Amino acid sequence: MNTAVNTVDPGEISKFEAMAAEWWDPNGKFKPLHMLNPCRLDYITQQIAGEFGRDLSQPKPFTGLRLLDIGCGGGLLCEPMARLGATVVGADAAERNIPVAQLHAEQQGLEIDYRHVTAEAMVNQGEQFDIVLNMEVVEHVADPLAYLTACQRLLRPGGLQICSTINRNPKSFAMAIVGAEYVMRWLPKGTHEWSKFITPHELFELLKKSGMNPVDRKGFVFNPITWKWSISDRDLSVNYVTASVKPA
Amino acid sequence: MTYDSDLLIVGGGLNGPVLALAAAQAGFSATVIDAQKVGVLSSDNFDGRAYALALASQRMLDALGLWDGLARNAQPMLDIKVTDGRAGEGPSPFFLHFDHNEIEEGPMGFMVEDRYLRRALLAGMEASSAITHLPGETVTAQETGPAQASVTLASGQVLTGRLLIGCDGRQSGTAQRAGIGRTGWDYGQTALVCAIAHEKPHHGVAHQFFMPPGPLAILPLTGNRSSIVWSETHEQARRINALSEGDYLAVLRPRFGDFLGEISLAGERFTYPLNLTLAQSFTGERLALVGDAAHGMHPIAGQGLNAGFRDIAALTEVLADAARRGEDIGSPLVLPRYAEWRRFDTATLAAATDTFNRLFSNDNPLLRMGRDLGMGLVNAVPGLRRGFMREAAGLNGDLPRLMQGKPV
Repeated sequence: MNTAVNTVDPGEISKFEAMAAEWWDPNGKFKPLHMLNPCRLDYITQQIAGEFGRDLSQPKPFTGLRLLDIGCGGGLLCEPMARLGATVVGADAAERNIPVAQLHAEQQGLEIDYRHVTAEAMVNQGEQFDIVLNMEVVEHVADPLAYLTACQRLLRPGGLQICSTINRNPKSFAMAIVGAEYVMRWLPKGTHEWSKFITPHELFELLKKSGMNPVDRKGFVFNPITWKWSISDRDLSVNYVTASVKPA
Repeated sequence: MTYDSDLLIVGGGLNGPVLALAAAQAGFSATVIDAQKVGVLSSDNFDGRAYALALASQRMLDALGLWDGLARNAQPMLDIKVTDGRAGEGPSPFFLHFDHNEIEEGPMGFMVEDRYLRRALLAGMEASSAITHLPGETVTAQETGPAQASVTLASGQVLTGRLLIGCDGRQSGTAQRAGIGRTGWDYGQTALVCAIAHEKPHHGVAHQFFMPPGPLAILPLTGNRSSIVWSETHEQARRINALSEGDYLAVLRPRFGDFLGEISLAGERFTYPLNLTLAQSFTGERLALVGDAAHGMHPIAGQGLNAGFRDIAALTEVLADAARRGEDIGSPLVLPRYAEWRRFDTATLAAATDTFNRLFSNDNPLLRMGRDLGMGLVNAVPGLRRGFMREAAGLNGDLPRLMQGKPV
């Protein structure tokens, strides 16, 4: 692992390492992520298709696009992107995730390049991508601006970054920490620190400062009656996602 | 990883080919393993079997490009009249009358003969480069794992796919081999099915008579012909079916009434023992069950085939959406979406049909009065009646795209 500038908070990595083994069990520890994943994938695929002019009804529509997933975990986003034809690199700061993800991709007959590496280290290696997926990571890093700047530098001019995180307000505190960690026991207690949460306005400002041009934002909303997630144009009060483009 | 087909479909009846065609439209490849030889399927003779396609099912066939070839030989059902009566007596003064003019969508449904539907499906499969049809083949073994499903055929051939789908009926071997059990019960009744020719025109009206031994349906076919479905106790049905044509008609006439004039048989006679059978799970590892393999229902309201079509529309939509977002279509993350979608509909329909039948197959005078009043009430309240009609036309519930007549 590259030991140069490193914005990952070591305390955060160990929390996720403890959760890494059960990645692919639909009813295991990552059930909430699996429930959210179709929504995340819908947003990501539609943004990529729009930005790069691809048709999702065609086989392997992302052929020729190089994609980096930061904080890839067990490969929940990498595998779908590879299936859609993208050339995928999955990066995770937690070493234990890499063999888990690699093993699963091989079982699925998918070729994915999983690496135990940080965004900052990849910048130093001169890596370049068409797309950077930056999902539920920014609320865990020690220095969000330094981290987002590294993400920006990993993109080719005209490249697309999808960044999702959790809003900071009383509702998100209730939902993401009290609800998800204490009431539902979806996530281990201490997964999130509320003070690290970022409002959509703050994230847009950070993205601009990092050299990106924010183009879209949507909410991911959980309906406790239907037990389903959906994408919302207006409700960004808890989970939300942004798309930004690197100026050409 | 390479597969012989995305989908391995076991069963070449009606649901298997329709699923293959829907899947092909969504961009999947499919192999249909069909126990019947092709000659049987493409037979030109009318054998007396016909299906009441709900409007939603007709829209689905249209969205799959099959309706143009079928329309000429399909009889629209313009009205449905439901009557409570006893053999030899006139109908009770209360009856239900569903007139298609009350719903905006047009006819309530269409009657289509088995021979035309099967031929259209065969032609559709032949025309599609994404579909491999294997007639005269049966599955002897199946295996499912984290990455693929495979089947061994009687011929020794082994096929692999992303997902194995059982469209193989009430005694689904696909479900049995996967260790999926069934629950259900026998109704103590057998359905007698035949087609008749009659003197007077039916004007596109379908009739359902509720009589103590069980319901009798008269469903309009093209020309002066109708399809008859009635039920009797197993023993009674066995005796009636063994009668000569003349004696069979003599039993039918008083139940039928004389409103269509003289009647004669216009095809073969069939019997189907009535039972409800539900698979304990609609999905398994890389496996899904469709139609009767998942839920064999009492055919009282003609909802068996329509429920199968709804399974197909829902499953294809779940798989197409999953594939477009890059998910593995056979994974345990995707298949439960199909099971959840269909479980509620199926349980509701099975329970409603069962209650309906138990209520109407009873000669208790109190029950009889109650249902007469109930039917009068439904008839008197247009909103309630429209609700029943939309249900019968298959337009209620969370409707898959194909059943709205849209592409997958």
